[in-house]
Amino acid sequence: MSFKDKTDAVSAAGEEMSPELDLALREFRLSVHAWSEAAYSRPRTAVAAGRLKQVWRLAAGWALSGVLVAGGISTGVWEHHRQEMRMAAARVAEHERLAANERNQQARQEDEDLLAKVDSDVSRGVPSAMEPLAQMMAEYETK
Amino acid sequence: MATAQEIAAEEFSAVVTKHRPQIFRFLLSSTRDVDLAETLTQDCFLKAHRHWGSFRGESSAMTWLMRIAINLQKDHWRNRRMQFWRKTQTNAVELDEASDWLPSGERSVEQQLLARERVAQVGKAVEGLSERQRTVFLLRYVEELELSEIARATGLNEGTVKAHLSRALARVRAELGGKR
Repeated sequence: MSFKDKTDAVSAAGEEMSPELDLALREFRLSVHAWSEAAYSRPRTAVAAGRLKQVWRLAAGWALSGVLVAGGISTGVWEHHRQEMRMAAARVAEHERLAANERNQQARQEDEDLLAKVDSDVSRGVPSAMEPLAQMMAEYETK
Repeated sequence: MATAQEIAAEEFSAVVTKHRPQIFRFLLSSTRDVDLAETLTQDCFLKAHRHWGSFRGESSAMTWLMRIAINLQKDHWRNRRMQFWRKTQTNAVELDEASDWLPSGERSVEQQLLARERVAQVGKAVEGLSERQRTVFLLRYVEELELSEIARATGLNEGTVKAHLSRALARVRAELGGKR
């Protein structure tokens, strides 16, 4: 069925189709067909889209690498910091241990001195009746 | 020996080759956006492929595909309206720009200019139509479908199709008459 027949069919449905309207509609149809054919056969932008995708992928790769590098560096710094903290804690613990040893040694020394003093005082406190015996013992020890 | 699936695939391939340009043309004239028309055409054939097995051939493949295309287009505009708060970008051109593509034929320069002006006027009138009127108008005067085919593709009855066409033509006529 030609275009003219179609417009006549509409006329039969109650439309008056003037020659000018008929011509305008036919020209409109021709121009839409020509526009569509040109658009349909135009070179597709698939390559450009592919490139765009590639650019995005590259950018995403760089961003991910950046994040990984930053993460690596910060992990290293954090680990170093933790190690230093551990070493400092170990140094403090060692220092405290030495101080405690010294304190213990000092206390032992003081105890020994006190005992020696007590021994000496006890030995000086021998009754005069026992003096000759003590002298004999001293002489015996020197021999 | 080819299996039923292979035969169906071949049939569908033939349908795509035959009707794709027409579906694209209808969507292009409706949306006035080449990229959008391409996307919707692709969606249309994707959907048709998925439901090809259920196509019973009660209407022609063309009418069936056109119905899918019309629904996709409706969905698209509905979604666009729902997203009115978003900054949507559109590549749509004025329909009267279709006059740029009018073949010159063997006419004089003056005749060509007059023809371009007439096409631009029709394009302007079509842009002012409601969505349904425009669809019916384009199916009739650009795709040259029969009234019964338009009725099947749009899901309207023939009387409603005629009413929409009548209103659309009145608008085009007024546009052409007003510019004289």
